[in-house]
Amino acid sequence: MITILSDHWQELLTGLGWTLLSSILALIFSLIIGSLFAIMEVTESKVARTIARIYIEIFRNIPLLVITSFFYLVIPMYVVKVNGFTAGTIGLTIYTSAFIAETVRSGIQSVDPGQMEGARANGLTFWQAMSNVILPQAFRLVIPPLGNQFVNLVKNSSVLAFVAGFDLMYQANNIASITFDTINSYMVVGVLYLIITMPISYYMRYLEKRLA
Amino acid sequence: MKSFIDAYSWINLRYLLEGLWITVEVSVASVILSFILGSFLGIIRYTKIKYVSAIVGFIIDLIRNLPLLLIIFFTYFGLPNFGFKPEIIPATILAMTIFESTMLAEIIRSGIQAVPNGQMEGARANGLTYWQAMFQIILPQAYKKMIPALVSQFISLIKDTSLATIIVLPDLTYHAQIIYGQNANYIIPMFLALAVMYFIVCYGLSVLANYIDRRLA
Repeated sequence: MITILSDHWQELLTGLGWTLLSSILALIFSLIIGSLFAIMEVTESKVARTIARIYIEIFRNIPLLVITSFFYLVIPMYVVKVNGFTAGTIGLTIYTSAFIAETVRSGIQSVDPGQMEGARANGLTFWQAMSNVILPQAFRLVIPPLGNQFVNLVKNSSVLAFVAGFDLMYQANNIASITFDTINSYMVVGVLYLIITMPISYYMRYLEKRLA
Repeated sequence: MKSFIDAYSWINLRYLLEGLWITVEVSVASVILSFILGSFLGIIRYTKIKYVSAIVGFIIDLIRNLPLLLIIFFTYFGLPNFGFKPEIIPATILAMTIFESTMLAEIIRSGIQAVPNGQMEGARANGLTYWQAMFQIILPQAYKKMIPALVSQFISLIKDTSLATIIVLPDLTYHAQIIYGQNANYIIPMFLALAVMYFIVCYGLSVLANYIDRRLA
């Protein structure tokens, strides 16, 4: 393990960087998209609710790998050339946004309906009430599940290896094929993943306990 | 349009369905094995056996926080270094079972915790041993409450089997790759077929679970 770390620390560091970058970008965008669909699901418009439902159900029930390789193969054919990293991050964003939409929706629904009524009665529009009154309360409740979603994102970002996304998993495969030392290459990368994911999931467990 | 009709020729469809069958086989085997192992681990975590529960809990957390892809690689390429070389399908099932059982262990532990304490106390007061009470009183109630969480974990297991294409598991995703690898016009039709097939299996399972959940409630 030590020889792999000392010989290949540059590749490992770049891999770690790409993995983190892709997870953070996907988290930000899927939070935006996911919250939008979550709000659509609690509006009164039947059309908006149906669209949100269809989006969520479709992308929750298709493997991430299929979504990612779709973007990797199909976007370059018709739209623009994208590299593996971009295609992978788009795939991750779309896949995760469906899960985040469900989480945020349950957060919004657990805020007392009186809050919305009170805000509307005080003259706020639906969107003002949503963004100033409901969402801040909802997000506080959904921080632990969102943190776990981020852990999932970091783990799921390993599909970038399928589309040559330069991430940790991709570097692990490269290092393993150069050194023929599969066990140690994967162990090193495993430890690097754990360094990111373990603290977050333990902290989220602590938050969950404190909120409960 | 023509590429769609050609892509869905009977030979291609049959080839996709053969892949789907492998996906289903691997998923069912992994669901059963990881449910058994996960229940076992969940009970150990809940029971608080000195040292054992803490160590098991730590190992569960380690595996839960690793990417499944890494575990698949490790079982297929790493284990042969220890003198054990599984074939592709058993290797996939083994990797899925190791990973999913740790996810299920957490669900099952929290499910057991959600059963009111009085149930255990009542069962013990009536003369059942701890394990009798656990298996006959607590677990049946816990499983009933866990159905939605268990099924969504099973759905993600089915989706995750697609990752094993990297070790050339001949599943649905891999067979689709072979077909569109021969003809680039088939890429979109094949992705559509993949999406529809996975969707039917996964969404069908969640509809079934909702139905069972409502019947039991």
